[in-house]
Amino acid sequence: MAELWQALKDAIHLIVSRDPEVIDITWRSLRVSAASTILAALICIPLGGLISFRNFWGKRLLINIIQTLYSVPTVCVGLFVFLMLSRAGPLGAFHLFFTPTAMVIAQTLLIVPVMLGLTISALSGVDKTIKDTTLSLGANEFQAIWAIIKEARFAIVAGVLLGFGRAISEVGAAWIVGGNFAGYTRVLTTAISLYSQQGLFALAMALGIILITMALVVNIAVNVVQQRR
Amino acid sequence: MKKTIHGLLALLLLAALVIGSIGCSQSEDFGKAATAESRLRVATTTSLYDTGLWTYLEPKFEKEYNVQLDVYYAGSGQAIEYGKRGDVDVLTIHDKPNELKFISDNYGVGRVPFAYNYFMIVGPESDPAGIKNMTPEDAFKRLYESGSGKFISRGDNSGTHSKEKAIWKAAGHADYAAVKSAGSAAGWYLDAGSGMGPTLQKASELSAYTLTDAGTFLAYKSDLQLVPIVDQGAILLNVYSAIVCTKSTSQDMAQNMVTFLTSPEIQELIGKYGVKDYGLQLFTPCAGNEPAS
Repeated sequence: MAELWQALKDAIHLIVSRDPEVIDITWRSLRVSAASTILAALICIPLGGLISFRNFWGKRLLINIIQTLYSVPTVCVGLFVFLMLSRAGPLGAFHLFFTPTAMVIAQTLLIVPVMLGLTISALSGVDKTIKDTTLSLGANEFQAIWAIIKEARFAIVAGVLLGFGRAISEVGAAWIVGGNFAGYTRVLTTAISLYSQQGLFALAMALGIILITMALVVNIAVNVVQQRR
Repeated sequence: MKKTIHGLLALLLLAALVIGSIGCSQSEDFGKAATAESRLRVATTTSLYDTGLWTYLEPKFEKEYNVQLDVYYAGSGQAIEYGKRGDVDVLTIHDKPNELKFISDNYGVGRVPFAYNYFMIVGPESDPAGIKNMTPEDAFKRLYESGSGKFISRGDNSGTHSKEKAIWKAAGHADYAAVKSAGSAAGWYLDAGSGMGPTLQKASELSAYTLTDAGTFLAYKSDLQLVPIVDQGAILLNVYSAIVCTKSTSQDMAQNMVTFLTSPEIQELIGKYGVKDYGLQLFTPCAGNEPAS
């Protein structure tokens, strides 16, 4: 109990004193997770629209596979990306191993299934008559998809936020592909893991509080933008 | 028309954010361009890291050689794997048999010892297995035969784990797998699967014995309910060596790391490290020479 109280005090102190190491890892957490969320959204929203809109053989199976991938352990995604990007691996020549870019790639791979699955669910929740109306008004396929995406935008944004949440909270992949190097690839979650291994529990919890606070700020910002429309 | 322009602008902004986020992260760090070659990667054994020695040496090295140093925290076994893959440039580990194999398999350029201390068996003050002040080999024999004291193993192919297996062998139990399965079944042998710092914490929580290097134990002592139980024995010598990896693409800078660690100035700093905070040397420098025990 004393440690939790100490953690809260530490968190406030770290924020107020603008501790440079904490600012560094917080900013990096935000940048890496924002980049992977945006990349994943750019992939998943159009792709989700296409999958949802078209009928093809194996569509049900594909959606099942996507939903199964929700449960992929973050460590496994990290291992997969490590094997790809390692100097001894097929993409080793790009020297991406142990870099923040590798972390973005790993996190993007991690959240694409979630975001894709939720986008498809969101779109299938849209009233079928909207699709028919837009088509009968002369829209081509892409315009029709775009119209449905706009209809489902609240649910889609919810999926994007969930993707961001999963990206910013994960440790396994970030540690394996990033290496947790101080000042280069250390983020909030890997720092929390390291400090708790070293017995610095209050400090680890303080960073956890900062991470949640940051997620709260992001959520509020997104909600404000959504309400304005 | 207006909506399309808004849409395009939003898309451009997003693209800029994405590219900026990725590009930014490559060239941060005090304005230095961080290509793969201006960074040196060292894979270090956890005991050198948990004592804070690397945190102490890192800025000195970076300043002297004008390079970004990335210190990867891993057990010696994992460090060796990364060295074989060429993902790190230098290893600083303490597992002589596997180090020599690494070099004879042509993954390492050479083995340069730079510091040493001693392993010790630590445990609860109550000493349930009655092994205090025995030799390490006898202590392990007693643990196995009596089963009256819990023992926590690193279990992670680290240098410390290697030393543990060597002591089991010297105690007459060359089949480590048999020790582990018999001990686990009987409930006194626990496999922690973690670094030195976390394993010590677990031993403290569970009132168990464990094998540790003196440096990490001293650094964590004030938070632990453990005392030294066995600390005499030639087999307990613990030598840290630096090895340049042959697959490294930064051979010169990697060599600089070896030069740095064996330089008189840094050797003196290593010898003094921890004396102020813990009252004792955590490491004894040995400048490239294998200590004579």
